[in-house]
Amino acid sequence: MPEAAAAPLAPLTEQRSPRKLYRSSDGRWLGGVARGLAGHLGLPVVWVRLVFVGLFMADGLGALLYAAFWFFVPLGVGGVGEQRSLSLVSTETSADGRRRLVARRPDKGQIVALLLMVVVAMVFVGSVNVGNGAKAYLWPVVLVGAGVALVWRQADNARRARWVEVGRRKRTLSLLRAAAGVVLVTAGVSGVFVLQGSAAHLGSVLQAALAVLVGITLLAGPYLVRMTQDLSEERLMRIRAQERAEVAAHVHDSVLHTLTLIQRNAENAGEVRRLARAQERDLRTWLYKPEGTGKDEADEPADLADAVRGNAAEVEDKHGVPIEVVVVGNCPLDERIGAQMQAAREAMVNAAKYGGEGGAVQVYAEVEGKKVFVSVRDRGPGFDLDGIPADRMGVRESIIGRMERNGGTARLRAVPGGGTEVELEMERAETS
Amino acid sequence: MSDPTEANTTPSAAEPARSTGGGPGGRHARVVLVDDHRMFRTGVQAEIGRTDETGVEVVGEAADVDQAVTVITATRPEVVLLDVHLPGGGGVEVLRRCAPLMADAERPVRFLALSVSDAAEDVIGVIRGGARGYVTKTITGADLIDSVFRVQEGDAVFSPRLAGFVLDAFASTDAPPVDEDLDRLTQREREVLRLIARGYAYKEIAKQLFISVKTVESHVSAVLRKLQLSNRHELTRWATARRLV
Repeated sequence: MPEAAAAPLAPLTEQRSPRKLYRSSDGRWLGGVARGLAGHLGLPVVWVRLVFVGLFMADGLGALLYAAFWFFVPLGVGGVGEQRSLSLVSTETSADGRRRLVARRPDKGQIVALLLMVVVAMVFVGSVNVGNGAKAYLWPVVLVGAGVALVWRQADNARRARWVEVGRRKRTLSLLRAAAGVVLVTAGVSGVFVLQGSAAHLGSVLQAALAVLVGITLLAGPYLVRMTQDLSEERLMRIRAQERAEVAAHVHDSVLHTLTLIQRNAENAGEVRRLARAQERDLRTWLYKPEGTGKDEADEPADLADAVRGNAAEVEDKHGVPIEVVVVGNCPLDERIGAQMQAAREAMVNAAKYGGEGGAVQVYAEVEGKKVFVSVRDRGPGFDLDGIPADRMGVRESIIGRMERNGGTARLRAVPGGGTEVELEMERAETS
Repeated sequence: MSDPTEANTTPSAAEPARSTGGGPGGRHARVVLVDDHRMFRTGVQAEIGRTDETGVEVVGEAADVDQAVTVITATRPEVVLLDVHLPGGGGVEVLRRCAPLMADAERPVRFLALSVSDAAEDVIGVIRGGARGYVTKTITGADLIDSVFRVQEGDAVFSPRLAGFVLDAFASTDAPPVDEDLDRLTQREREVLRLIARGYAYKEIAKQLFISVKTVESHVSAVLRKLQLSNRHELTRWATARRLV
């Protein structure tokens, strides 16, 4: 028997190991035996299924074989053929699609499989010529088989759910299925007993079966409960440990490094401030944005708020002047807003360069309807546009010119309390 | 930690005195510091506690919720500088337990939240809990002193970031102009808030809008009141959408 325990722990690394037989977890009808075999042998899955059905006709040998495979071969993701042959279970095997498959597909496939089984069993019953006495046992046996199949498939699902970590499987549904399996098996078994004796004994047989069931539950129940509790607790601990390790890694990577740098640059106040601010920003993004961990994301900002903050962070890092950002509302970036962001960035650079000594530079961005407004203000010595030589294009071209070319406006003005403010206004493009 | 018995000098309402930021100018405020970091308390104490120069007198300190409630009840300060994150329930818990003191008509205790966090849930939380203002720990000493006096006089103090949050909160609710004006910001209030968010001081806003500083302050106080009273489900939805409540 292959090591079944390895599969759930490291499913992703193991899924490409070439010559190992797994039952397929995707696109299966019953236990995934046929698909797994097909993938393993490189045959179309229909052939394998046909062979099984054919063998089934040979006095049920196929069923026995199938059951054996089901029992001994572990469920895996490997050995799945690329092509999906039949339409009824056509599913995509994308990394995400598989997840969805778990949630909604298996029941349909199972119904089809059960129907097929019933049909084949009918044919089997019709074709096979067994003695009258033996034939009577057939239906109970079929019932037992169906119940066992149901429960085993259920177990497969549970195991698969653990790798894919779909937490939202419906518990009631799985319980229901297990119960249905148990009922089927019980019915089948009691059927056998009843047939052995006579119908008159049905009552006592049922009573005895019930008594045995209750006894087993009483005996095994506590162990089972404790086992599941231990398991879930252990899993919780593992998740916690993982989280802690992640925090530790992050703290180590960024915070300790920065602290070391700060110690080394202790006499350089500006550098220390810059490092501390960069670290603060990094830590903040990391703490308050659980989904996007800042650094790991692509450099392309997704929307206005990201763009403004990103620009501010870069300018802050480069010029060592704190920039306080307030963003009200948000919108996706388009061409015009992109130009506005570039102008805003230029304004921030100017503010940091020439007005930075007066305190933090303040950046305010607001989306109101179709209008996007950005203001950048510093508390520096002030700024006179007319007093700047005509050959200095920074403000005129990069800020005012750029805004006007894209259909927006830019205004520069002195603020009552001292300092300069650049106001940028732009309409969003129509398409948004 | 002495409890001076001298009568509180009534704060002068003269605007020039207020705008200087430091200096006694006849102003006096008794302040309690609540923060779980001793280093920070020491720093603030050193920054604003020189009573002769600043007019601020630190009459007590506390490091957790229980201590804070005890100290505040015992000393009855005019202003409490309150950290948002505290052992024992946080600043919101202190506010809840000090609610009767806040409501006192004779000598109300007023709270100014002072936190390193500028996450929206902290900000909105303490403001709705009854704090009269919110400033972050990056604030300068002079500004902090100014804020203390402003809060002492019953006005609201908003940091740019807080103003941004409030604008954001009301922006989404203002779209359909439904029930009365109580929950909605007037055009003027929005304007004022917007200027605060842009980093203007109250004085500068007054100049910009050609109104008096007093008017600016009353606008800001109105915003604060609306924020506390507002129970429109829209605001809640906004907060829930951002996982703030």
